[in-house]
Amino acid sequence: MDAPLIEIKDISFEYEETKALENISMKVEKGDFLAILGPNGSGKSTLLKIMLGLIKPTKGSIKLFGVDSKNFKHREWIGYVSQKSNSFNSGFPATVEEVVAGGLAKKAGLFRRLPRTVDEDVLEALKSVGMEAFLHRGISELSGGQQQRVFIARALVAKPKMLILDEPTVGIDHQNVQAFYDMLAALNREKNITLVMVTHDVDTVTDRISHVACLNQTIHFHGFKEQFQTLSDEERASWYGHSVRKIHHVGGAH
Amino acid sequence: MIDAIFTYEFLQNAFGAGLIIGVIAPLLGVFIVVRRLSLIADALSHVTLAGIAGSLYLSQSVAVLSALNPLFLGIAASVGGSVLIERLRTLYKHYEELAIPIILSAGIGFGAIFISLAQGFSNDLFGYLFGSVSAVSREDLLIVVAIAIVVLAFIVIFFKELFVLSFDDEYAKASGLPAKWIHFMFMIVTALVIAGSMRIVGILLVSSLMTIPVAAAMRVSKSFKQTIALSIIFGEASVIAGLISAFYFDLAPGGTIVVTSILLLLLVLIYKKIAVSVKRGAIA
Repeated sequence: MDAPLIEIKDISFEYEETKALENISMKVEKGDFLAILGPNGSGKSTLLKIMLGLIKPTKGSIKLFGVDSKNFKHREWIGYVSQKSNSFNSGFPATVEEVVAGGLAKKAGLFRRLPRTVDEDVLEALKSVGMEAFLHRGISELSGGQQQRVFIARALVAKPKMLILDEPTVGIDHQNVQAFYDMLAALNREKNITLVMVTHDVDTVTDRISHVACLNQTIHFHGFKEQFQTLSDEERASWYGHSVRKIHHVGGAH
Repeated sequence: MIDAIFTYEFLQNAFGAGLIIGVIAPLLGVFIVVRRLSLIADALSHVTLAGIAGSLYLSQSVAVLSALNPLFLGIAASVGGSVLIERLRTLYKHYEELAIPIILSAGIGFGAIFISLAQGFSNDLFGYLFGSVSAVSREDLLIVVAIAIVVLAFIVIFFKELFVLSFDDEYAKASGLPAKWIHFMFMIVTALVIAGSMRIVGILLVSSLMTIPVAAAMRVSKSFKQTIALSIIFGEASVIAGLISAFYFDLAPGGTIVVTSILLLLLVLIYKKIAVSVKRGAIA
């Protein structure tokens, strides 16, 4: 059996003497589509940053693809899509093609040029997010939703085994959020890409995911979405801090 | 003019150095502008002033150092300043911009002390502040050539990493690129370009050659590579027109180069405005 793609053991993280995460243990298996839910300030983004190796936990250990994260060398296996509003340098004079090709920088390696197949790789990645027609457009000319699709293409171009997404729908209008999650679900299903996503869209996302983790400094729930759906409103409210709308399905889950 | 360049070595030096700087300053400038580090270039140029003034003072007071090219201490101060800026940015994580006024005022402070200590190099100093056509020596030109080789090698070798880092530094770190080291090397290379450009453009105007051509290019370019190409074209045009007018009208080349680049920027802005109105008119 394959090792879990992410295996977190007893992780805690303190930021300026404030506990952000406490005794977190969880696994992400190959093929999972995990949504990490939690209120603002619950440590969701911190947990993602620990998974990505951007910050070190105060205690505990993390394995990526069965290897201790300190010794993990294949960062290109993990694609990252950050919150657009936090990260992207708006107004940057680059085309969609250039931005997506940037996703191959780590895979190509230091002191090496991008692979000869870069044009085809970029086009294929853009096709998988339905953005191939925008190849030569300037990145800053696109809408928030289109930009976020381009950033997913940038993460996909290196053919990762797993995507980590931090609130990817921030800045996307409500109408396009559904289509955006459909696209992610298709990537998970058809390309077998494991997805770990922090989100607030509890009601929108539940139909598409396989697993849910509920975080508020510590893990309150981690399991299949079907188990999550059986939780009562009171149970959720007890760790969420306020009531969370219960999800009613029309036509059953995928 | 061409005859004069073939005849006089000082003109060969000035034009040689100018043409090289016209490429490397806007080339590096593109990354500086898109990474929003334009003010750091200003801070470093003022630190270079301290190094230059210190060297001029030492060459007056210490006999062994009388033949020392002030550019060397200028380069050392600029590189040291870039390292200090990085240290301060880490120290004041939430107020990173504080590093700029601290280093900038330190540069001017030390510069002022050395200038007051040493008397009688006002002509030299004027050249260092605003550039000079006549003061570029063969040694200065060779230093500029060496700096250009380092800068071009750095950009060619790390182009893809620099692009990713400039566009989205969090993504660069998350994807496992050695963002910290590349940024550190970038700062050192920036310090080198500032020190190298100073002989032609002058300390007070050096950052403008790194930013104004880029500002013009960004208004009309459609891609990152096109921004680089246009920035170099605008930079080169400013240097050539600026040096020729400085030579004929006996003006400081820093001033003529920067004013030319501002004129080019204005032309680009007017062109862009007209192009947008025409496009809107066509759509309507």
